[in-house]
Amino acid sequence: MELSTGRVSRVNGPLVEVLGLDGVAMAEVVRLGPQRIAAEVVGLAGARATLQAYEYTGGLRPGDHAEATGDRLAGLLGPGLLGQAFDGLLRPLSGAPVWLSPDRPDIVSDRRWHLEPAVEVGAEVRPGDLLGTVPEAGPVVHRFLVPAAVSGTVTWLTADPVLLSEPAVRVGDVAVPLGERWPVRVPRPFTERLGDVVPLHTGQRVLDLVYPIARGAAAAVPGGFGTGKTLLLQQIAKWSEADVIVYVGCGERGNEMAEVLTELAQVPDERTGGRLVDRTVIIANTSNMPMMAREASIHSGIAVAEYYRDMGYDTVVIADSTSRWAEALREFANRTGELPAEEGYPATLASELAAFYERAGLVTTLGGRTASTTVIGAVSPPGGDMSEPVTTATQRFIRSLWLLDRDLAYARHYPAVSWAGSFARDADAIGAWHAAQGDPGWAARRASATAILAEADRLASLAEVIGTASLPAHERMVLLGGRLLRETVLQQNALSPEDGRCSPAKGAALLTAVLDVIDACQRLVARGVAATTVEETDLADLIRVREEVGPADADGVSRRRDEVLARLEALR
Amino acid sequence: MSVAYSDVRELKGPLLVVGDVDRVGWDEFATLEVAGAPDRHGLVLEVDEDLAVVQVLEGTDGLSPGGVWVRFEGRPLHVRVGTDWYGRVCNGRGEPLDGGPPVAGVARPVSGWPLNPTHREPPREPVLTGVSVLDTLTTLVRGQKLPIFSVPGLPHLALATQVAGRATTAGEGFRVVFAGMGLTHADIGYVRDRLEERSAAGELVLLLNAADDPVIERILTPRIALSVAEELAFGHGDDVLVVMSDMTSYAEAVREVAAARREIPARRGYPGYLYSDLASLYERCGRIHGRAGSVTVVPVLTMPGGDLTHPVPDLTGYITEGQVVLAPEVHARGVYPPVDVLSSLSRLMRSGAGPGRTRDDHLPVAAQVLAALARAREAAELGELVGVSALSDTDRAYLAFRGVVERDLFAQTDDEGRSLVDSLTRAWSALAVLPRRELTMLSAAMVAEHLPAATAPPDDPDDPDDPDGPDDPDDTDDDRAGDAEDGP
Ligand SMILES: Nc1ncnc2c1ncn2[C@@H]1O[C@H](COP(=O)(O)OP(=O)(O)O)[C@@H](O)[C@H]1O
Ligand SMILES: [Mg+2]
Repeated sequence: MELSTGRVSRVNGPLVEVLGLDGVAMAEVVRLGPQRIAAEVVGLAGARATLQAYEYTGGLRPGDHAEATGDRLAGLLGPGLLGQAFDGLLRPLSGAPVWLSPDRPDIVSDRRWHLEPAVEVGAEVRPGDLLGTVPEAGPVVHRFLVPAAVSGTVTWLTADPVLLSEPAVRVGDVAVPLGERWPVRVPRPFTERLGDVVPLHTGQRVLDLVYPIARGAAAAVPGGFGTGKTLLLQQIAKWSEADVIVYVGCGERGNEMAEVLTELAQVPDERTGGRLVDRTVIIANTSNMPMMAREASIHSGIAVAEYYRDMGYDTVVIADSTSRWAEALREFANRTGELPAEEGYPATLASELAAFYERAGLVTTLGGRTASTTVIGAVSPPGGDMSEPVTTATQRFIRSLWLLDRDLAYARHYPAVSWAGSFARDADAIGAWHAAQGDPGWAARRASATAILAEADRLASLAEVIGTASLPAHERMVLLGGRLLRETVLQQNALSPEDGRCSPAKGAALLTAVLDVIDACQRLVARGVAATTVEETDLADLIRVREEVGPADADGVSRRRDEVLARLEALR
Repeated sequence: MSVAYSDVRELKGPLLVVGDVDRVGWDEFATLEVAGAPDRHGLVLEVDEDLAVVQVLEGTDGLSPGGVWVRFEGRPLHVRVGTDWYGRVCNGRGEPLDGGPPVAGVARPVSGWPLNPTHREPPREPVLTGVSVLDTLTTLVRGQKLPIFSVPGLPHLALATQVAGRATTAGEGFRVVFAGMGLTHADIGYVRDRLEERSAAGELVLLLNAADDPVIERILTPRIALSVAEELAFGHGDDVLVVMSDMTSYAEAVREVAAARREIPARRGYPGYLYSDLASLYERCGRIHGRAGSVTVVPVLTMPGGDLTHPVPDLTGYITEGQVVLAPEVHARGVYPPVDVLSSLSRLMRSGAGPGRTRDDHLPVAAQVLAALARAREAAELGELVGVSALSDTDRAYLAFRGVVERDLFAQTDDEGRSLVDSLTRAWSALAVLPRRELTMLSAAMVAEHLPAATAPPDDPDDPDDPDGPDDPDDTDDDRAGDAEDGP
C-alpha cells in the first residue's frame, strides 16, 4: 500500500493540523517534520487531519512534511520488558540519553534471545498455545505464545537466537516474530471472563483485612496531595502477591520513578528468587515529559499487563495518577475546541475511564490459562474535592475504593485509608473465600473491627461535646478500642523493615490480639475496674509489636497478646 | 539577518497576531522592533499557515499595528549559561541590572529538556538550613523541590532568605539562584540586603522581576533561573538552591495569557495545563547518576485568602516533594518562623535524614514530635469545648508539650542559625514533658540515650487532685527514664 504524505498547516502545542493526507484513518500514527515526531490522528474533516503529537512540537511549522505510517499507536511486546523502564509510548528509557529531546534516536534493541521450543515441527497450534520459553528473560518464565490471529501447523522453528523483530517460528506460512507489535488502545483478546473471587493479598493490613481487592478487579485511591497515594501504590507494587507488576508513573515525579527503580532493584523477590524489579515493568511519563504521551502511557501499561496475563500470570497495573491522564484528555479536547462538560473535561471522560478500568479482569486466556489483570489507579482530586468529575466518574467503574483522608495523613496515620469513606464490593465473597480456605473467622473479625471503629468515631464526636469523663465506662473502652485498632492494626509504616508488609497470618493475629484485648478491657470495667485505670495502663507493647516481630511472625504477635492479657487480668 | 514582518493583524492583551509570515515554527523566539522605542520580545504560541500568534513578554501597551516589525529567531528562546553568572544581578529577562556586561556562556533553550528518570539519582543528603523547625521536622534534601506556602503579610521572605543565606551541604560549591517575580521594590531591597554576604562571596545569582515590571516577563524568569542552575549543577558540579518567589505572581501571568487566548479555564480561571506548566519548572530539580551537582528548588507562594485548595498551592503541592506551610495562627502566637508543622511535610526526609545522613534518632524523634502535636491539637480543641480542667492529665501534658516545643524548638530569630544537634537536643527536652508511656515511637534504647530527666513544664499538668494518686503510672515511668539517664 502506498502511504500518503501531506503538509502541516497549523501548530498549537501538541495540536497539529495537516492537509492532504489522503486515505489516512482515525488513530493512525503520522510522522511530522524533520524530526519525524509521532502523532496520532484524532479528527478528520475533508482534506484536513487533526493530530495529537506525542513530543514537544517546538520548531514545527506550516509547510513541514507529514507522513502517514499505516500503523496504529503500538508498542513492542516481548522478552526484555521486565526490569526495564519505558516512556509513555513504550520506547526504552533505560539506555536513552540523560536529556530527552525529541530528536533523540529511537533505540532498537540488538539483543538476541534464545528460544527453548515447547512444540515440534508438525504440531497443530491454536491462538494462545505455548510455542516455547525464553530462558534468559529473567526469573518470571517468558512464555512465547501463538498470537491471536494465527493457527495451523508449525512448519519451522528457529535454532539460533533471534532479535525481537525476527521470526522465531513459522505457523503454516505465517512467520511469527519473537516480539509482537500490539496497538495499545485495543484490549488483548481472551476466551472468557470468570466470576470467581480470589483475594489479591497486598501486604497492607487495612486493605487485606478491611477493604480487600479481588484478583482481576479494579480499585481507585483518591486523595489530596501528601495523603499517601504514591507510597501505598509503591507498597502494593513491592509486596502484593502478583506475578508481574506494571507501574505506570503518569504525570508524576521523576524522583519517585528513580526511587522505585532503585528500591525494587535492591529487594529480593521471595517468590521467584530474583529481585522485585525483575517482575516489574516501569512506564514513566513524568510531569515534565510531553503531555500527550501521558495519555498513551495508561494504555501502554495495560497492554503490557495483558501480554503477561496471556502467559498465565496474575498481573497488577498501577497507575499514578489517572487524574493526570484525564487532564491530558481535557487539555487536548480544549485545544480542538470540543465543547466542555464539567470543569472543562470532555463529555467522553466517563466512557474513557470505563474503557480503562474495564480492561481489568480474571479470565480464561486464549491458551486456556486462568490469569488476571488487576487495575489500581490513583486519583488526585484538585483541592482534595471528592466531588470533582474524575473522582466521581471513577467510583462507578471500580470494585474497591481506598479513600485517603487528609486529616488522618496530617495526624501521620498511615496508610491514611479512611474507614468511613472506603468500600470493598467484594468483601463478602472474599470472606467466603477465606472461610473455604480454613479461616471462617475472617468475616467476623472484619465486622467487629469496622463496628468498633465506627462506634468509636461516633463516641469521639459525642465526647467533644460532653467530655470523655462523662461517658459510661463501656463506651470509654470502645474509644480505647478504636485507638488500639487504629494504631496497632490499621497503621502500617511503609518504611519499617518489619512492618512494611504483613503476611495474612500476622495480620489475622494482630487483629485477633486487639479484639481480645478490647474484650478483656470491657470485662475489666464490667467487673468494676475504673475506666481511667484501664485507659492509663501502658499498652505501648501491644501497639509496638507490629514493628518488633517479623512480617510473617504470627506467633510473636500471639505471645505478646498473652502477655498483655495477663497484665490486664492483674488489674484490680 | 532574518526577515522582519510588519503585517500586524491584531493586538489583544499580551498577544500580537502577525500575518503574511513564512515558515515560522511553534515556540520560536521573536524580537519586536518598535518605532522610536526599545525592542520587545515574544514567543510564538500558535502558527496557522501564514499567521503567527506571539506572546509579548513586555506586554503590548503602546504598540500599534503600523509601528512594529517582528523578526523570528528560527529557534526557541535560548539563554547563555555558565559560571559567569556567579554574583550577577539581572532583570526578569536576564539582562544585567548591576551595570556589568551581558552574561556570557553557552546558549541553552530556556525550557530545558526533561531529565530521563532512569538517569536520576534519588536525593539522599540533607541540606541544613540552621532553622530548627525545618531541619528537625521537614528536612530539606539535596535535589528536592520543597515549597513554602504562605499568606500575604507573613514573614515568608524572611524565612526564604534565611534559608537562602544559610543553607549548606556537606560538599563545597553551594550556590543560590534567587528568582524574584512580582516583588515590590521594598521586598527586593530586603532580599538584596539579606543575601549580601552570599552575593559578596560570588555565591548568589539574582534575577529580579519587580511588581511594576512587565507581567508576562515573569513567565521567563524562573526558566532562566533554572537553566542557569542546571548548568552550574550538572555542568560544573555545584549544589544549587533555587528560590523562586512569588509563584502566585508567576501563575497569574500564565492565566493572563490563557485568558487573552480565550482558553477554556479549569479551576478559578486558571488554565487546565497549569499543572504541567508548573511541573515543567519544579521538575528541573534533582541529581544525575555519576555527576556531582544538584538542583534543589524552594518555590515560595502566597495563597490567596489563605486557601490551601487554591489552584496554585494545590497544584504545587501535587508536584513538589512536600510543603512548608506558614500559618497566621502560629504567627499570632508570636512564633517565628510561623510554620504549621502538622500541615507541613518533607517527603524526601526519610531518605535524607536518619542513620548515616543526620543522626540515628532523627526520624523517630520527628515522628514522635509530630504525633504528639497532632494529639495536642485534639486536646486543645477538646479543651476549648469542655474546658481545660475537664481534660485528662495526659491531655494536659500534651498541651504543656506544645507550649514547650514551640518556645524552645520552633521559635528562633530570623538571623539565627542552629546546629542540628542543638535542634535535636531541644526536641528531646520538649518530649521529656510527656509521660514516658506516650513515647510509643521511640525505642527504649533511644530514650535511654537521649531523654533528659523530666523537666517541669511551664504550667504543671499534674493535677493535685489526681484520682489515681500515688499509683499514677506517669510517675513511675518518668523515674525509670531518669534512672536510665543517670546511668553509666
Ligand atoms: N504508609 C506510610 N508509611 C509511612 N509514611 C507514609 C505512608 N504513607 C504516606 N507516608 C508519608 O506521606 C508522604 C506523602 O506520601 P505520598 O504517597 O507521596 O502522597 P501522595 O502521593 O498522595 O501525594 C510520604 O512522603 C511519607 O512521608
Ligand atoms: Mg503521589
